[in-house]
Amino acid sequence: MSRASIAQWAKELYEDLDFSVVRRWRENNPGRKAIGYLPVYAPREILHACGCLPVGIHGGGDRLEIIKGDAFYQSYICHLPRSVIELGQSGRLDMLSGVLFPSTCDVIRNLSGMWKLLYPEHYVRYIDVPQVADPRIATDFWAGELRRLLSDLGELSGHVPGEEELRASLALYNDLRQAIRELYAARSEAPWTVPSEELYLLLRAGELIPPEEFLAKIREYLAAARAEPGRMRDNSRVIVVGSFCEQPPLGLIKTIERAGCYIVDDDFILGNRFLVEDVPLEGDPIEGLAAAFIQSAVKSSVVYEPDPEGKRTLLKAQVEAARADGVIFAAASFCDPALLDRPMLKDGAEKAGIPCIAFKFSENSGQFQQFREQAGTFSDSIKLWGGV
Amino acid sequence: MSKSREDGAKKDQSMVIQKEMIANHYKRLERVPETREPVVYTFVPGNLTELVRSFGALPVLPEINALQSGMRKKSGDYIAEAERHGHSEDVCTYVKCDIGMIKAGNIGPTGTRLPKPDLLLLSYTGCYTFMKWFELLREEYDCPTVFFHVPYQGDGILEPEHREYMVRQLHEEVIPALEKATGNSYDEDRLKEYLALSARSEDDLVAVLQSAKQRPSPIDAYFGAVYYVGPIFSAFRGTQEGVNYYKALRQEVEARAAAGLGPVAPSGPMGEEKYRLVVEGPPNWTHFREFWQMFADEGACVVASTYTKVGGTYDFGFRHDPADPLGTQADYCGGCYTNINLPGRIDMLVDYLKAYEADGFVINSVKSCNSFSAGQLMMLREVEKRTGIPGAFIESDLVDPRYFSAANIKNRLESYLQMIDARRAGLSA
Ligand code: SF4
Ligand code: SF4
Repeated sequence: MSRASIAQWAKELYEDLDFSVVRRWRENNPGRKAIGYLPVYAPREILHACGCLPVGIHGGGDRLEIIKGDAFYQSYICHLPRSVIELGQSGRLDMLSGVLFPSTCDVIRNLSGMWKLLYPEHYVRYIDVPQVADPRIATDFWAGELRRLLSDLGELSGHVPGEEELRASLALYNDLRQAIRELYAARSEAPWTVPSEELYLLLRAGELIPPEEFLAKIREYLAAARAEPGRMRDNSRVIVVGSFCEQPPLGLIKTIERAGCYIVDDDFILGNRFLVEDVPLEGDPIEGLAAAFIQSAVKSSVVYEPDPEGKRTLLKAQVEAARADGVIFAAASFCDPALLDRPMLKDGAEKAGIPCIAFKFSENSGQFQQFREQAGTFSDSIKLWGGV
Repeated sequence: MSKSREDGAKKDQSMVIQKEMIANHYKRLERVPETREPVVYTFVPGNLTELVRSFGALPVLPEINALQSGMRKKSGDYIAEAERHGHSEDVCTYVKCDIGMIKAGNIGPTGTRLPKPDLLLLSYTGCYTFMKWFELLREEYDCPTVFFHVPYQGDGILEPEHREYMVRQLHEEVIPALEKATGNSYDEDRLKEYLALSARSEDDLVAVLQSAKQRPSPIDAYFGAVYYVGPIFSAFRGTQEGVNYYKALRQEVEARAAAGLGPVAPSGPMGEEKYRLVVEGPPNWTHFREFWQMFADEGACVVASTYTKVGGTYDFGFRHDPADPLGTQADYCGGCYTNINLPGRIDMLVDYLKAYEADGFVINSVKSCNSFSAGQLMMLREVEKRTGIPGAFIESDLVDPRYFSAANIKNRLESYLQMIDARRAGLSA
C-alpha cells in the first residue's frame, strides 16, 4: 500500500464514530470482549493476554455533536469527558464490556464513578498508577494492581492467561512500542516524508485495532515512506507539549505544519509509548511489567516528578533529542494537568533559551486562523532570529 | 470572624479558644526564624497532623492560607499575580492564590510572614492538583518533598492492599523524611497520645454536627460548620487545645439545642428555621458572609454538608485509633470525602437528606475544583432520582472574586426555595 492509501485507511477508522472496526472484530471473534480505556496509560498487555481487544476512547473530537454530554458537565470542565459521555449515551460504545479509567486527573477519576452508575453492566476499574518515589514500594503496589486487573479480566473474558501468554503479550507490545519509536524517529529525520497528520491518524487507528495489525501497519507505512520520500520545505522544527489527554482536532495538527512548523516530537496519544524501555521478558511477567513502569515511564504531567530538577530540564532534553528549534504548548482548555505543568516547563525551556509559544484548544475547535497566525509567526521568528 | 457574629454569639468560649489557638500557632510560625521549630507544609485532605506534630514540627496548610486570603479580599490580587507569572486562568484558584501570596512576600492570614517549609509533605489524597501544587511550591522553596500516595476508593472501599501500601509508605518514606527534616526520631508513644486526643475531639465534633438533626437545628452545618471543622482540619487535631475547643463547642451547641435556639448567622441569630438543606461542594470564600446571609435571610438552615468531611469523615463511625497508629492514618486518609468515588458521595447525600429530614439540597459547584465539580450534575440527578427531592445547582468559585455573581446566586436560591414551598403546598393539598 502507498503512504496515502494507508493514511486514508487510518482516516476512515478515525472518522468512524460507530467504531465499526471494533464491532467487526467482535463479530469475527465471538465470545471475546472489547475493553475500552481512557487516556493516558493503561496496561494494554494484560487486556491482550486475556484475549480482549483494547480500545482507546479519545472522545469524538470535532466530528461529534454533543447532545447529551453537556448536561453532564459544567462549562468550565474540559471537553473530553462530555464527548466520551456522548459516545456512551448515544450507544456508540455498546460493543465494550468494560472501561478502564487511568489516574490521569480528577475529571477522568470522577468519570469512573459516573460510568459505574450509567453502565452497571460494564466492568469499570479505576487504574491508580503508582506515584510514590521509592521504586520497591511503587513496584509492589503496581504489581498488585496489575494482578487484580488480570484476575478481573480473566474472569470477565473467561480466559486466564498463563505466564507464556502474558510474556507473548509483553513481547508484542515491546515490538509495537519499538515500531512507534521508529515511526517517530522517521518523522524527526524527515518530517516532510512522515507528515504529522499521517503519523497521528496512524496512531489513532492503532487505538482501535489489534496490536498485531497495528504493528504490521506501522511497518508497512515506514516501508512506504522510505519508498516515497517527500519534498523538504524550509520549516522550523517544533515539539508539541500538553496534548496527552484530550486530543487536538486533526485540523490543528495540519495547521501547525502548514504554518511552517514541522512537528518533530509530541505527546499525542502518549499512552501507546508510555514505557520508554522494553518490558523484561525473563522472570515473572507481572513483576516485569510493573517494574518497567516504575523504571521507564515517560516523564509526563500525570506522574509525580520526584526530581526537583526534573520539570526544569525536561524540555531542554526533549528539544535536544528531537533537534527542535522551539516548543508549542498546546493544551486543552481547562486541562489542569497540562496547564499546571506549563509554567514549570516553560520556565525551564525559556531559561535554556528555547523559544516557546502557548495556546489552548478544544477537541472540537473548528477555527484555526488564530493558531495559523501564531504558529506562522513563531516559525518565521525562529527562522529569522532563532527565537522570539 | 465577623464582629456581628461574635456579638450575636456573645463571644462563646469556643470562639475565644479558637482565636487564641490560631493566634498562638501563627505567632509560633512567625518566630520560627529564631526558634528554629521545623515547619511542614501539607494539605487538608489526608493531613497527618498527629504524625507531623509528634516530630515537634508545625504544620502549615496552604489551602487554609488561600481561603483566608479569600476572606480577607486579597485573593483577587494574588490570583492576578500568579496569572502574570504564566498561570492559566483555567486552573484551580487555590494554587494561584498561594503562588501569588508567595510572590507577594508570603504574608499569612495574621499579617506576618510565613516561614519556609523544611519539608513539603505531599499527601496525595483525593485531589490531582495537589501533586502539581507541591511541584510548583518546590520550585519556590527548593526544599525536600515527600510523596504520600493515598489510593482512590474507585470501588467504594479502602482495599486492604491499599491500606498496606499506605502503611508501608508511612514507615519507609514519610517517617524517615520527617526524621530527616526535623532532626527528631519517630516516637510512637507520643503519636499514640496525640491520636487519642484526636479521637476525643472527633467524638465532640460528630456530636456537634449531628445536633443538626434536631428541629430547629442549633447549628448551620455548612457555613457555621466551616468554623467548627477549622481546627480539626488543620493544625490542631491531636492537640490538647483542640480537645478543649471541641469540648467547649459541644457544650455550647448542646446548650443552644436544649434552649431550642437556632444558629447565629453573620448578622445575628437566625430567625425561624423555614428550610432544612443539605449542601454539596465547597463554599465561596470571597463573599462568604454575603453568601451565608442569603440563606439565613430566607430562613434556610444547612443541616448537613459534604464539604465538612473533606478533611476527614467522622460521622459514619471512623475515629483515629491509637492502638494502630499508622494503619489508622491510612484509614483516615482513605475516607476523606474527595477520596470517595461518585456513587459513595451520592450515597452520603442521600443518607444526609434522610437522616437530617432535609427539605432540599444545594450543590455549590466551584470552577476551581475538578475533584469536587466533575460529575456534580450527575450527582444532582441521581440524588433527585433516589430521594424524589429536587436539588438546586449554583456556581461560584472558591477564592476568585470574578466568579461570584451575587444576583444570580440569590435568584437561584430564592426560586429554589419557592419551589420547595410549592412542593410543600402540593404535598399537603
Ligand atoms: S483533558 Fe486534561 S482535565 Fe480533561 S480529562 Fe484530560 S487530563 Fe483531565
Ligand atoms: S482542585 Fe479542589 S481539592 Fe484540589 S486543591 Fe484545588 S480546590 Fe482543593
